[in-house]
Amino acid sequence: MTATKVYVPRETSAVSVGADEVAVAIAREAKQSGTSIELIRNGSWGATWLEPLVEVEVDGARIAYGNVSEEDVPAMFAAGLLEGGEHKRRLGPIMEVGYLIRQDRWTCWRCGLIDPLSLQDFRLHQGFNALEKAFAEGPDAVLDSVTESGLRGRGGAGFPTGIKWRTVAETDADQKYIACNADEGDSGTFSDRMLMEGDPLGLIESMAIAGYAVGASKGYIYLRSEYPLTYAILTRALETARDSGWLGDNIQGSGFDFDIELHLGAGSYVCGEETAMLESLEGKKGIVRYKPPLPAHEGLFGKPTVVNNVITLASVPNIVNLGGERYAGMGVNRSKGTLAFQLAGNIKRGGLVEKSFGVTLRELIDDWGGGTASGRPVKAVQVGGPLGAYIPAAQLDTPLDYEAFVDIGAMIGHGGIVVFDDTADMAQQARFAMEFCAIESCGKCTPCRIGSTRGVEVIDRMIAGEKREENYDLLVELCDTMEDASLCAMGGMTPYPVRSVLKHFAEDFASSGGDR
Amino acid sequence: MSDDIVNIEVDGEAVEARRGQMLIEVTDAVGAYVPRFCYHDKLSVAANCRMCLVEVEKVPKPMPACATPVGEGMKVFTKSPKAIAAQKATMEFLLINHPLDCPICDQGGECELQDLAIGYGRDVSRYNDGKRVVKDKDIGPLVSTDMTRCIHCTRCVRFGEEITGKPQLGTTDRGENMKIGTYVEQSVDHELSANIIDLCPVGALNNKPYRYSARAWEMAQHATVSPHDCVGSNLYAHVLRGTVKRIVPRANESINESWIADRDRYSYEAIYSGDRLMRPRVKENGAWRDVDWEGALAQAADVLKSADQDKVALIATPAVTVEEGHLLSQIADHLGTANIDHRVGRRDVSDQDNDPMYPSLGCSIAEIEQHDAILVAGSNVRAEAPIIAHRLRKAAVAGAAISFANSSVYEYLFDVANYLSGAGLVELLAGVAVAAADGNSLPDSVTELCDGVTASGAHKDVARSLAEADRAIVLLGNIAGRHASYTAVRALAAAIAELTGASFGGLSEGPNSAGACLAGVLPHRAQGGENRVTAGLDVASMLAQAMDAVVLVNVEPDADIHAATDAVARLAEQAFVVALTPFVSDALLEAADLLLPTGTFAETSGTYVNVEGTWQSFSGVASAVGEARPTWKVLRVLGNLVDAPGFDYVTSVDVRDEFVARLGEISTSNAYEASGRIAKVNGADAPANDIDIPLYSVDALVRRATALQLTDEAQRARAVSDG
Ligand SMILES: Cc1cc2nc3c(=O)[nH]c(=O)nc-3n(C[C@H](O)[C@H](O)[C@H](O)COP(=O)(O)O)c2cc1C
Ligand code: SF4
Ligand code: SF4
Ligand code: FES
Repeated sequence: MTATKVYVPRETSAVSVGADEVAVAIAREAKQSGTSIELIRNGSWGATWLEPLVEVEVDGARIAYGNVSEEDVPAMFAAGLLEGGEHKRRLGPIMEVGYLIRQDRWTCWRCGLIDPLSLQDFRLHQGFNALEKAFAEGPDAVLDSVTESGLRGRGGAGFPTGIKWRTVAETDADQKYIACNADEGDSGTFSDRMLMEGDPLGLIESMAIAGYAVGASKGYIYLRSEYPLTYAILTRALETARDSGWLGDNIQGSGFDFDIELHLGAGSYVCGEETAMLESLEGKKGIVRYKPPLPAHEGLFGKPTVVNNVITLASVPNIVNLGGERYAGMGVNRSKGTLAFQLAGNIKRGGLVEKSFGVTLRELIDDWGGGTASGRPVKAVQVGGPLGAYIPAAQLDTPLDYEAFVDIGAMIGHGGIVVFDDTADMAQQARFAMEFCAIESCGKCTPCRIGSTRGVEVIDRMIAGEKREENYDLLVELCDTMEDASLCAMGGMTPYPVRSVLKHFAEDFASSGGDR
Repeated sequence: MSDDIVNIEVDGEAVEARRGQMLIEVTDAVGAYVPRFCYHDKLSVAANCRMCLVEVEKVPKPMPACATPVGEGMKVFTKSPKAIAAQKATMEFLLINHPLDCPICDQGGECELQDLAIGYGRDVSRYNDGKRVVKDKDIGPLVSTDMTRCIHCTRCVRFGEEITGKPQLGTTDRGENMKIGTYVEQSVDHELSANIIDLCPVGALNNKPYRYSARAWEMAQHATVSPHDCVGSNLYAHVLRGTVKRIVPRANESINESWIADRDRYSYEAIYSGDRLMRPRVKENGAWRDVDWEGALAQAADVLKSADQDKVALIATPAVTVEEGHLLSQIADHLGTANIDHRVGRRDVSDQDNDPMYPSLGCSIAEIEQHDAILVAGSNVRAEAPIIAHRLRKAAVAGAAISFANSSVYEYLFDVANYLSGAGLVELLAGVAVAAADGNSLPDSVTELCDGVTASGAHKDVARSLAEADRAIVLLGNIAGRHASYTAVRALAAAIAELTGASFGGLSEGPNSAGACLAGVLPHRAQGGENRVTAGLDVASMLAQAMDAVVLVNVEPDADIHAATDAVARLAEQAFVVALTPFVSDALLEAADLLLPTGTFAETSGTYVNVEGTWQSFSGVASAVGEARPTWKVLRVLGNLVDAPGFDYVTSVDVRDEFVARLGEISTSNAYEASGRIAKVNGADAPANDIDIPLYSVDALVRRATALQLTDEAQRARAVSDG
C-alpha cells in the first residue's frame, strides 16, 4: 500500500496559527496507528482564514479540513482522516472550496497545489516549461509576449513591464541585473510572501526568464528581514535549482548563464522603493536616489537593472506559456490580467484572492471577505498600503482598475486591502499615515523629512481642537508641499491617505475636543 | 543642427543647451538664478533640498532644476507664481527646524539660507512646535560644528566621497533623526578638509579658529596667493582693521578650482604668533638688544661693504618673491659676489648646469587631468602640493593609471596603478628605465646606473602603462629634489620619459622656485638664466666656508635648510650673519648676529611664479606687525646703503616692471641633457636618507599656525620626529 499524502502548509500565516504543531501531531498519530503517510509541507492556497488547512489525498482528490488544531488531530484520525472521513473540520474537496474556485489563478496557481521544494513536483506542474520555451523562441519573443500581455508592475507604480524590460534589453552594458523587489512593506500585503513560500521555484524561473530576455546574468532577491521562513524556503529552492542545473552557468545546455543571490533587508519601509533598494543591495544606507538615471539605464552598481516586484515577475511564465494575448484578455481597460489581492484588517475571511481586474472592492470584501470580522458596517478601506487613500464605504463599487482608482484619488498599489469598520477613528488614521512617513522617511529630502514630522504635530493640534480651521489650511498646504516637492513617492504620496480623511471623514476631527 | 544641442526656453528666452544637461546649468549660464542648497557644480547631484523647483510647461509638478535634464522644446519658468510658490514652500519647511540664531552665527551675512530666507521666507512661521536640536560634533581643530543648523544638503558628505576620496562625514539615522556625523568620534583630517566650511550653505560647519571673531560684513576682502607650495592657490584674505581674520578660496579653475588646502586657510594664524620679531635686534657679546631700523640697516650695510667680495653669502628660500629676488641678485652683483642661492632644500647640485631655466611641471596644472598615465617619483605629493594631489586623484578617477615610485608608502585615496617602494629612488627608477628600454639601448647617461639592473614585473607594468598611454608624464617630487643623488634620479626619470614617449616635469619647492631662478637667485646663473662667468657657491658650500657676511632672507636655518647638515652651528661660526625674518627662534638667536623684522606674505606685496609658469602678483593685505617691514623694502634700503645703482624704486611694482623689462625670452623647456655618463651612486640611495617634510612643517608660517599644529596629522608627524 502506498503512503497516503497529507498536506500541511509550511507557510508563515499557517505556521503562525499552529500548522507546525498540527503536522507533528499528524505524524505522531500516523505512527501510532501504524499507517504510512507522506507528509507534504505545501504552501498556502491563500485562504488564510481557514489555516491551518490540512488536505488528504484520497483517490486522486484532495480533501480539505480547515482551521485544524493540534488537539483536533486524534479525533480526526479516529474519524478516518486518511480516508477523507467526516469531521466537523472537513470542508470537502479543495477544488470545491468556493473561496478558491471563483478566483482567476494565473500567477499563484501553484501555491498550495505543489510541494514548493520538490523539483519533481514543480516540473510535473509545468515548472521550467516557460524557460525552455523562452530558450527555444529567443529573447525577443519573450519581450514581445510580455509587452503584448499589458502586464504592469505590481509593486506599486503600475509601470508597463514590457517597456521596462525592453529598455534594459536595449541598453548596452557588460553586465545587467535582475533585482526582484521582495521587500513587501505595504500594510495588509502578503502575496509576495505567499508566492515565495508556495512556489519559490516559480519565482526563480521567472527571474531567469527576465534575465534571458534582457541579457542579465545575475539576479538578486531583496527580501524583507521579517520573513525568516521565506528566507529558509528560498535558500533551499535556490540550492535545488543550482544543483539541478536550472541556475548557474550554461543552464540546461542553453548557453545562458544566470544565478541569483538572496539578500536580506534590515527593516526599513523605504528600502522597498526601488532606488533605495538598489543602494541597500550595494551595501549602502537605504536612501533614495534621484532619477534620472532610471535603474533601467544605470541601476545596481551603475548597470542596467530590471527592478520588478515578485508578483510582476511571477506572472510572466504563464504569459510565455500561454501567450500575452491570453493575459491581456483578462481584466479591464488598461488594467490587464489578474492581481493577487490581499484581504486584511477587519475582515471575516482574510486571505489572498487572485482575480482579474475589474472586480469591485465590494465584491472582494463581501463575496470573498464575508464582510467585517466585527460584523459591523464597513467605514473605510485602505488599498495600496500606507500611502494609499482611505476609501469611504460609498465608493466600494469602484472597480479595481488602476485608472478608476486614480480618478477617486486612490491607488491599487500592491493590492493590499485593509478594512475598517464604523468604530475606526479616521482622524487617528490620518495621524497614523503621517506618523508612518515620519518614522519611515529616509530623511533625504526636505519636504518628506520635515513635512511628515510637522504634519503629525499639525494633526495632533487638529485632533485636540486647537485652531482647527487654521490648522486644516496649514495641513492642506503641507500636503501640497510634500506631494509636489518630495523626491520619491514616500513623501509624495503620504498626503493621499491624509487628504482622503480630510475629504471623506472630516467629522472625525470634530469628535474629540472643541475649538479652543 | 547637432544632435547634442537642444533648444529650450528659459523665462521666455530661447536658449541652446547640451542634451542631457541639467536645467540648473542652463539657467545659471543665462543668469536666471534658481535658489539651491544641495546643488554644487563640483559635486554630484543629490536633489535632496528641493529648493530649486521650477515650473516646466506640460509637467504638472514643479521640477528640481538640478536634477531635470533638458529636453528639446522644454519651456522653463524660474520665477512664475508656481515656481516661486514651490520654492517658498520648501523654504518654509527648512526654516521650521532651523534655529534662526543668525545673531550668534558666524555664517550670518554670507549664509545661503539667510539670503534665500529674505527672498523666499515668511516673517512669521506657521509652525510653532519645538525645533529639532542636534548635538554638536567635535571633528577636530579646524572646523566648528553647530549641527542644529544643518539643513542636510549633504554637500559635506559628497565632498568627502567625491573630492577627497576620504568619506569621513556621512548620514546616520533616517527621517527627522537623520544627521550628519563621523559615525565614530574622529576628526575630519584630509589636507583639503576645511573646504566643507565654504560648501556648507549654512552655519553648521564653520571656521573654528575664526569663531566669533568678526562679522562677515565688517571685513574687507583682499586677493592674495598662497605661499605654501608650487601651486600658488588663489586666496582671499578677510581683513578687519588691518588684521587678517580668515582666508577663503578665490576660485581659479586653472589653478585651484574652488578649493584650497587647509594650510592655505589656516597659516594666517602665524602672522599673529608670539614668535613675531617686533623690532630689529643686534647681538653684542652674546646678548641681544633692540635697535632702531636705521641703526640696524646701517650696521648691515657696513658689514656687507667691508666684507671681502668672495666672502659674502646671500641665502633665500623658494618663498622669496620675484621682486625680492631681483633686488637680492642686484645687490649680489653690485657687491661682486655670486654666492647667492635659494635652493635650501637641494643636496645634490653637481648637475646644476643641466637644470632647465626654471623648474616646471611639464604641463599646466589643469592638464594633469588629461593624462592617461602618470608616474610620480620621489614625492609625498599630498603633503608637497595638496592641489596637485587632488588633480592626480581626478585623473585617476577618470581612469588614468597613476603610479608611484617612492621609498616610503604614502596613502592615496584612489586606485593606484602601481606602487614601487621599499628601495632607494635610484634603484626603483633604474628598474623602470630598464623595463622601458625593453632590450633596446638606454640613453648613454644612465647606462652605468642601469648596469646589472633587471626589471621586475612591477617595473615593467609602470613602463608599459606609460608607453601605452596616449598622453603620459613622469613627475618628480620634492623628495626627489632633495635626494642626495638628484642627478641620478633626474637622469633616470628623464630617460624613462624619453623611452616611453612621456613628457617630463616635476613639483618645485615653495611658492616661487621658478621666480627665484628667473631672478638669478642662483650661484651659477644670472638673471634670465644666463650662465655666470664664474659660478658662486651653493648653499652647502657657503655654509662650509668661512664668510665675512651672510644674509639670510626669511630662512629658518634649523627647519628650512636641507642642503647642508648642522646649518645652525655652521652659521653660528660665521663672522656676521644678518637675518631678515618675521619670526624669532632659538636657532636664529644662535645663528644670527643681527635680526631685521620682515613682513609675512600678508604684509608684503610681490609676485610668485608657480610651477606651471603663471605669474601671480599680490598686494599686502594686512598691517605690519610690530616694526616689521616688507622684505623688498628692506632690501631696497640695504641696496641704497651699499650704493647699489638704480635702487630708487617707489613700489614693488616698479621692481617687478624693471625686472620683466630686462628679462628676455623665457624658455619653458624641460628637456634634459646630461653631461656624460652618470656614475653609480653607491650609498647615496638609502631610503633612510630621503627627506620628507610633513604637511604642516613646510614653512615658518605653517609651523606656527596653532590650529594646524593641533591636527592629528601634525601630532602624528611630531610623534614620528620626536620618537
Ligand atoms: C516608499 C516606497 C516603498 C515601496 N515598497 C515596495 C515594496 O515593498 N515592494 C515592491 O515591489 N515595490 C515597492 N515600491 C515600488 C518600487 O519603487 C518599484 O516601483 C517597484 O519595485 C517596481 O517593480 P514593478 O514594476 O514590478 O512594480 C515602493 C515604492 C515606494 C515609493
Ligand atoms: S520623499 Fe521621503 S523617503 Fe523619499 S527621498 Fe524624500 S525623504 Fe526619502
Ligand atoms: S553640515 Fe552643512 S554641508 Fe553638511 S549637510 Fe549639513 S548643511 Fe549641508
Ligand atoms: S538644489 Fe536642486 S534639489 Fe537641492
